[in-house]
Amino acid sequence: MDGAEIHRRLRERFGNAIGAELKLADWTVCEVEAKSVADVCRYLRDEPGLHFDCLSNLSAVDRKAADQIEVFYHLFSYELDHRLVLRAATPRPDPVVPTVSHLWPIANWLEREAFDLMGVQFIGHPDLRRILMPEDWVGHPLRKDFVEPEEYHGISTRRESLLKL
Amino acid sequence: MSVGGIPIEVGLERETAQGLETEEMTLNMGPQHPSTHGVLRFVVKADGEIMRRAIPDIGYLHRSIEKISEKVGYHGFMPYTDRVDYVSAMQCNQGWAMACEALAGIEVPRRGEYCRVIASEFGRLASHLLSVGATGMDIGATTPFTHAIREREYINDMRIGGVAWDIPPGFVQRATKYLDRFEPLIDEYNELISFNKIYVERLANVAIISREMAIAYNLVGPNLRGSGVSYDVRRNAPYSAYPELEFEVPIGTGERGALGDSYDRYMVRMREMKQSCRILRQALGGLPPGPVVAKVARNFKPPAGEAYVRVEGSRGDMGWFVVSDGTGFPVRTHIRTGSFAAMAIIEELSKGLMIADLVAVIASLDIVAPEVDR
Repeated sequence: MDGAEIHRRLRERFGNAIGAELKLADWTVCEVEAKSVADVCRYLRDEPGLHFDCLSNLSAVDRKAADQIEVFYHLFSYELDHRLVLRAATPRPDPVVPTVSHLWPIANWLEREAFDLMGVQFIGHPDLRRILMPEDWVGHPLRKDFVEPEEYHGISTRRESLLKL
Repeated sequence: MSVGGIPIEVGLERETAQGLETEEMTLNMGPQHPSTHGVLRFVVKADGEIMRRAIPDIGYLHRSIEKISEKVGYHGFMPYTDRVDYVSAMQCNQGWAMACEALAGIEVPRRGEYCRVIASEFGRLASHLLSVGATGMDIGATTPFTHAIREREYINDMRIGGVAWDIPPGFVQRATKYLDRFEPLIDEYNELISFNKIYVERLANVAIISREMAIAYNLVGPNLRGSGVSYDVRRNAPYSAYPELEFEVPIGTGERGALGDSYDRYMVRMREMKQSCRILRQALGGLPPGPVVAKVARNFKPPAGEAYVRVEGSRGDMGWFVVSDGTGFPVRTHIRTGSFAAMAIIEELSKGLMIADLVAVIASLDIVAPEVDR
């Protein structure tokens, strides 16, 4: 099924929770209201004819100028060989999106990564804790306004320029 | 059942019936461990020799490569992509290049695409050789590793410098000579290890991944194909010069045990090496004339937008997501790798396995630590 057709079916089923359809090279992007993400994903996974059996990627992007965090879901169907991108925008001070880890197990780790590095809260995630950074790290490093701490457990993060030595 | 009012789990029954008290053991494995292929750590909950589960703990090799991309710009990030999967760096270079090209709508000259395919397939050979050799070593066969590494050295000797430069004179002849020598050696490896009884028994029926489980965990590449899913980005979403080249996509068949076991994943890699040789011969023989690189501004500023491209790396479908705001520096780069998914599946996969099989499982999933942590 092509992207435009999938977008039409989503529009029919979820109405205003589905926004505009955009093109991203050979992917179709559907805007989705953040709080409806889990419902839309369940529909996409379980509905015959759509059958998105794989969450290929989940990326969070800090749109500081728009004061939003965007979460991208790249979905793929091995069964039917079609694909779709969902884009959910959530307010930057308090980014909240429902989890999809109960739908695709890989989302467990992908959401932990987005939480760790970008600070997105995934409501309903069974084990939302840091995955790449140390447990006691403060802040979310991929945020645009993240300031690197001067030291970590007595280890300085500052270094003299090698050119000066 | 319960003893003294305290419920105990099935599996401990025999020991308690004999009056022995047992309890779950927590073992630490890594992050520095000779057989974990880089800095990986597992917390193993075990009942004697049987693992209840192995919990992966990642991040020891996290260098925040994605954040670096936001500081160094598009051209500047290219050398960093080598370090995402340092076992087959050229495919990472290609992924990043393709993401930038998708943003800016750049068309790569055909000869350039052929050069990329050659680099990428030699990278696959080098990577699979390491994987296959290391699998042997992890389960106790140390000699095959030296054989595999020997051939690998010759590949690394034949660096072609990407497509920044055209291939050097005499390269095609030398590369063909290498293939003539290497191809029969694949059969030799098969005789040496693949059909060896001990080897087969260590891998067959160990850590079986069903087709559904592989897809739900987003396993990719040889790990996915080992479970019988015939999907290869090179064929199913073709890029570069692959549409012009003929090759087969080997999949697991459960030939020595259940479909999707460690042996199937191993054999997929062995067979892929043959296919890589086939691709290389075609690409070397059919190198089109012309330039190898398109004209790209030194001060590269792709228009605002997003791109998500996928390449078939040695560890499978590698996703490069890049967001541009029209300046010379990406807003966000996200690299989604095969090893990340392979690592995520281990907690589920390890349930009920022997502790000694854990290294065989890591090896059969071909996990490379920097790719997990980035």
